[in-house]
Amino acid sequence: MPDTTARGPRHVEHVMGTVFTFDIRDRPTAAVHRALAEAVAHLHRVDAVFSTYRPDSHISRLGSGGIRLADCPPEVHEVLSLCERVTHDSDGWFSVVPAGTLDPSGLVKGWATEAASRLLHEAGAHHTCVNGGGDLQLRGQAAPGIPWRIGIAHPLRPGELATVVTADGDLAVATSGTAERGSHILDPHSGTPASAFASLTLVGPRLTLTDAYATAVFARGDSAHDWVEKLHGYEALAILPDGQEWRTSGFSRYGS
Amino acid sequence: MRRAVLATTGISALVVVLLSLKPHQLPVLAGAAPRSPASSATPHTRATTSTGTGTFTGDPINTDYGTVQVAATLAKGRITSVKVLQAPDQNGRDQQIASYALPRLTQEAIGAQSAHIDAVSGASYTSQGYIQSLQSALDQAHA
Repeated sequence: MPDTTARGPRHVEHVMGTVFTFDIRDRPTAAVHRALAEAVAHLHRVDAVFSTYRPDSHISRLGSGGIRLADCPPEVHEVLSLCERVTHDSDGWFSVVPAGTLDPSGLVKGWATEAASRLLHEAGAHHTCVNGGGDLQLRGQAAPGIPWRIGIAHPLRPGELATVVTADGDLAVATSGTAERGSHILDPHSGTPASAFASLTLVGPRLTLTDAYATAVFARGDSAHDWVEKLHGYEALAILPDGQEWRTSGFSRYGS
Repeated sequence: MRRAVLATTGISALVVVLLSLKPHQLPVLAGAAPRSPASSATPHTRATTSTGTGTFTGDPINTDYGTVQVAATLAKGRITSVKVLQAPDQNGRDQQIASYALPRLTQEAIGAQSAHIDAVSGASYTSQGYIQSLQSALDQAHA
């Protein structure tokens, strides 16, 4: 059970062009503190390898043909394999070359966040919330008997929440949208910005796939609802540019 | 730009002030009996009742960019409105920032405390966007 008498550390880290928040509700043992430091170091390592903003990153050099996949650390192969899987699962609505150049960013942040969460878990922190710039991996509970409560930012009404997702046990929550960075998600089929949604929130078991699927669902547009309904273990809340909303049939298990 | 970011950071202290008024952290506001105010909020005798209803004036908080002070009105232990009594206004830029940031941050604080949330999911924010985010306010309130 999470320990309310000795709440663990909260840490905020600016990395990967965004901000990660670690909220740990277990007893702050030395092992947990070590795992937190390791998780933070991992995020910086991931940034150095995968950043498309750094010309010296492995991904940038791989994309430009300066190096081969065999020259890259093993996690590059892992990420590209995962991207391939999501592209396949989503009928091509997720692309590792969204703007014509190699860019697995749509999967990397969720993958890195899930990995950070796992490092904490392996060190004995079983009640944690790791927020990677708006996409979260939750584990356990906020307090004994108290589920995590995650506000879903309303994309059209800044400062307001569209709903609150309640998570009792492990859950990933990912939101794709235009509110913070504009129309940055491209339709891989046409190459034009996807515009069907103001925001699309997907909940699922683990953040790597939940985050990447959310990107694919956002790009998919009109057929997104039917696709998520068939996706076992995932539920969606969509907010359209005109303010209308839809939810998949099982979303009510997590939020109103 | 740097100035704008710093000024906004200063104003975000407001949200910390507001979130620090959370009823579940201040049982005297939500509870039935106590009359004595919490250390960080002084109830107006005019409107205070024993049911956590009334107007509470926060202590002035000194930030690097000026003094911030707010008053919050509670109904049955929940914030219903917030009035900004003091905010940095040394120059036109401060006033401009305050004019859009304060209403937004006030709204965020009201939303956060009434929903009792632990974190926020939304479109991926940049490092700068984070500064004005509700997640940032939550992090500061619990730091």
